Amino acid sequence: MPLDPDQLAARVAQDIEPGSFVNLGIGQPTKVADHLPAEIGVVLHTENGMLGMGPAAVGDEVDPELTNAGKVPVTELPGAAYFHHADSFAMMRGGHLDVCVLGAFQVSASGDLANWDTGAPGSIPAVGGAMDLAIGAKRVYVMMTLFARNGGPKLVPACTYPLTGVGCVSRVYTDHAVFEIAPDGVRVLEVFGTSVEELRTRLAVPLAVDVR
Amino acid sequence: MSRAQIFASPDEAVSVVKNGDTVLVGGFGFAGMPFDLIDALIRHGAGDLTIVSNNAGNGDVGLAALLKAGRVRKILCSFPRQVDSYVFDDLYRRGEIELEVVPQGNLAERMRAAGAGIGAFYCPTGVGTPLAEGKETRTIDGRDYVLEYPIKGDVALISAHTADTMGNLVYRKTARNFGPVMATAATTTVVQVSSIVEAGRIDPEVVVTPSIYVDRVVQVEPRHYTVQGAR
Repeated sequence: MPLDPDQLAARVAQDIEPGSFVNLGIGQPTKVADHLPAEIGVVLHTENGMLGMGPAAVGDEVDPELTNAGKVPVTELPGAAYFHHADSFAMMRGGHLDVCVLGAFQVSASGDLANWDTGAPGSIPAVGGAMDLAIGAKRVYVMMTLFARNGGPKLVPACTYPLTGVGCVSRVYTDHAVFEIAPDGVRVLEVFGTSVEELRTRLAVPLAVDVR
Repeated sequence: MSRAQIFASPDEAVSVVKNGDTVLVGGFGFAGMPFDLIDALIRHGAGDLTIVSNNAGNGDVGLAALLKAGRVRKILCSFPRQVDSYVFDDLYRRGEIELEVVPQGNLAERMRAAGAGIGAFYCPTGVGTPLAEGKETRTIDGRDYVLEYPIKGDVALISAHTADTMGNLVYRKTARNFGPVMATAATTTVVQVSSIVEAGRIDPEVVVTPSIYVDRVVQVEPRHYTVQGAR
C-alpha cells in the first residue's frame, strides 16, 4: 500500500539522526515532528528565530509572540534559544543545519527543487525562506506525493516550474517510494505497494535500484 | 542623531516619515508588528511609500491597514501571499502596488549589510532561479553566488518588549525577528515598546539592540493578534 501522510512523516523521521538540528518546512513536513521521540534529542529550528521549538501551543499556552514559520503558535522546550532573522538565516546558509524537510511541486533527477511558484496566471509569487533552506542545510529532504492530482509525476527529468534551488535535494520521500538523488542518478531505496518496474513505466527518470 | 529620544505618543514618534520614504516595518506576520506606529503613520498621512517587511500584511490591521489606506507604492517582502493577505492580494491583482519578492534570508542579510557598511555581498541563495535573473554571478571556490545589494531604510518602524531610557532594547520570543536588523539599517529607527525602564535596569549582557541604533522610543499598551487559519 502507498503510505498515507502520517506514515510518510514517520518514514522521514526514521532517517533523522539523534541530536540533529532540523528545520521542518510549513505544511506536510511539520508532521515529521510528531514522529521524533523526545529521547533522540532532535533540535527543531524555525527560521523566524528559534532553536528548541516545541509542539503547537494549545489553550493557555498560546502566546502571539511565539510562533513558527507558518505563524502557528508553538511552545518552547528547555534549552531553547531566540535570535534575530539575520542570525537565523546565517545558521541555514552557513551549513549549520543537519537536515531540512521541504514540500515540493517538482524535483528533477539531478536534485533541482521547484516548490515556491507554479507560474500560473494570477498567482502571487511568495518564496519565504525556501530558497535559503534549499541551499543551506547539509541534507535537503523532500516530502511529497509522487504524482500530482492530474496523475503526472512530480519526480521529473527537468523541472518545468520555476526553481527554488539547483541540485540541492538529497532525498525524496514519497507515498510510493523513497529515492536517493546520487551524483550518478536516481536510486530507489524503498518501495511502498509498488515495484521498481512499475515506477519505471510511470516515471520518465532512469532509476537505479538500491532497495535495502 | 545622537541619543535616543522618548516620545509621549506614537504620532510624534513617526512624524519623521516623509512622502516617498523607504520604511522598514518589523514583524513576522503579527509577531513583532509595530501596530501603534503604523496606525500613527496612517494618521500622519505620508504616502508613496516603499515598504520593506517580511509579509504584505495580515487581516485588516497593522501593515494591511497601511496598504488599505493607499499609502504604499511598492513592497519588498519574502512572503506576500498568506491565508489572510486579502488586502494586498486585491491591490496586487488590480495593479495598484508593485511587488519585489526577496528570499527571506536575503531580505535580512541585505538590511544587515546596509547597517554594517557592506557595499554588496555574494550569496548562494537563489542561484539558477528566477529571483537571480539579471544579477551578477560569480564562482568562488567552485560554488556559484549571486551579487546582492544592501537595502537601506529612511525610517525603521519596529516593536520591542522593553527599552531603557538610553534606548537599549530587549525583545520577547519570536517577536524579535527582523527588529534588530532593521534597527541598524535605517537613518531613523522608531521603536514601540511595552515598557520603558531607567538606564541600568536592563542587564548590559542581555541587551539585544544597543542604544546607538535607536532614535525614537514610545511606550504603548501591547496589542496582540494571531493569524487566523495559519497552517
